[in-house]
Amino acid sequence: MPDLMTFWTDYGEPTAWIILQILAVMVPLLVAVAYLTLAERRVIGLMQLRRGPNVVGPFGLLQPWADAVKLLFKETIVPSGANRVVFLLAPIVTFVLALIAWAVIPVGEGLVIADINVGIMYLFAISSLGVYGIIMAGWASNSKYAFLGALRSAAQMVSYEVAIGFIIVTVLLSVGSLNLSDIVRAQSGGVFGWFWLPHLPMFVIFFASILAETNRAPFDLPEAEAELVSGYNVEYSSMPFALFFLGEYANMILMSALAVTLFLGGWLPPADIAIFNLVPGPVWFVLKVCFMLFCFLWIRATFPRYRYDQLMRLGWKVFLPLSLFWVMATAAFLVFTGTVPK
Amino acid sequence: MIIQAITFYLFAFVAIGAAVMVISSRNPVHSVLFLILTFFNAAGLFVLLGAEFLAMILVVVYVGAVAVLFLFVVMMLDINFVELRQGFLQYLPVGALIGIILLAELILVTGGYLTSPGFAGPQYTGQGTMQIPPPGQVSNAEALGQVLYTKYIYLFQAAGMVLLVAMIGAIVLTLRSRPGVRRQNIADQIARRPEEAMEVRKIPSGGGA
Repeated sequence: MPDLMTFWTDYGEPTAWIILQILAVMVPLLVAVAYLTLAERRVIGLMQLRRGPNVVGPFGLLQPWADAVKLLFKETIVPSGANRVVFLLAPIVTFVLALIAWAVIPVGEGLVIADINVGIMYLFAISSLGVYGIIMAGWASNSKYAFLGALRSAAQMVSYEVAIGFIIVTVLLSVGSLNLSDIVRAQSGGVFGWFWLPHLPMFVIFFASILAETNRAPFDLPEAEAELVSGYNVEYSSMPFALFFLGEYANMILMSALAVTLFLGGWLPPADIAIFNLVPGPVWFVLKVCFMLFCFLWIRATFPRYRYDQLMRLGWKVFLPLSLFWVMATAAFLVFTGTVPK
Repeated sequence: MIIQAITFYLFAFVAIGAAVMVISSRNPVHSVLFLILTFFNAAGLFVLLGAEFLAMILVVVYVGAVAVLFLFVVMMLDINFVELRQGFLQYLPVGALIGIILLAELILVTGGYLTSPGFAGPQYTGQGTMQIPPPGQVSNAEALGQVLYTKYIYLFQAAGMVLLVAMIGAIVLTLRSRPGVRRQNIADQIARRPEEAMEVRKIPSGGGA
């Protein structure tokens, strides 16, 4: 069977290899999402001098699985008057978008599923699509609370995307490449060579913007449980709700990974010391992502929610002009000092 | 090669099918969603052509921004679907005319390209001979930047100005200043001091304020 053999080596083997790579990213990611929900409850519990969930398993380690099983066995309810197809499509869109963005994130030197030239553009494109899951959910639910929540969320995500776009441009200017691995490699030289230091204002704005982009506290107006019950996902139950939840947390991890790649030197060790260099790159990457995620939770436990007009003011009147100015400043600096990267 | 062919036909057929659904589906929100699907497949075709930068720009600009606005507007409309159907025959002649004109122009463009390729190329439009970098040596973004910011810089800037004017126009048309609206002035609030905000009085016991 020579034909079958060539077919296997030409198509079968690469496909199997790609699927293996995808699984190698997806499975740890989904486990991380599960434990992020637990970490959130435990960390906020500790910060508020409570214990948090500690009953299911040792230290509550089985709590996420208990939650998952509970959600799985609930009934999926589609409200009457809802647009059935769009209603069920929305959580799928949210979840899938949160996962496919991981294709271009380099977790180590050469450890990336698709090392494409326009990696950062791809990420930006995918994250700008995230708004569709939410709008579709709000519209298809045929409920006022859900619709208002979706409108708020969409307006908020679109507003903060502009600032994120400009911040990405500043980093691109200082790297001269759209490839995420190149962006990480340009940040060699230890903790002070990473871009958080030269672009410190942008790092702060970027962090605030990804909080808004992922609809997290203090920008979690879409859920505003006091006014909108729970926002765009009020009408969802069971697995569709779980998909929204998983998508939201996967997005948090994704945005943290993006911040780590752009500003915290990706998989690079914090200093060029032999002990640090011994630790494999993915470990540094995961540690940095964990730090960013801890900041997400820390902020949620610390700050009260923004008012909607303040949120819009911050996005359009503060972050946008500042990031635009920083793009100009970076470009001017690079040109006048003659350090434009080739 | 066969994989490329299959992918091309997949993208092409889904794009055409979705484009047909855009104009034939009854619900305008579904139309917009199908429009998004069409954009996506067009982006896929760009990737197959090796123009990955354009593909990403298409997704960011059209799907991520333009279609969101469409969806916003369409969702907010209170549309009577029966009424919408009634106007169909009335608009058919105009629509057909526009369609025929577009089709004729497309045929002219494709025909012109097939009979004399390069006729509309740079050397005939007064731009001089352009050095088109060989594919595969420079990245997409670099190749685009090399022509966009050198040869076509004035046109590029003019396009930007047109968009700016349109934006200012839209703002001017919709900006209303209503009297009597109290807005938050954050600078004022921060500049406020206890001395001017409150007054401490000594109340004698039993005397009242």
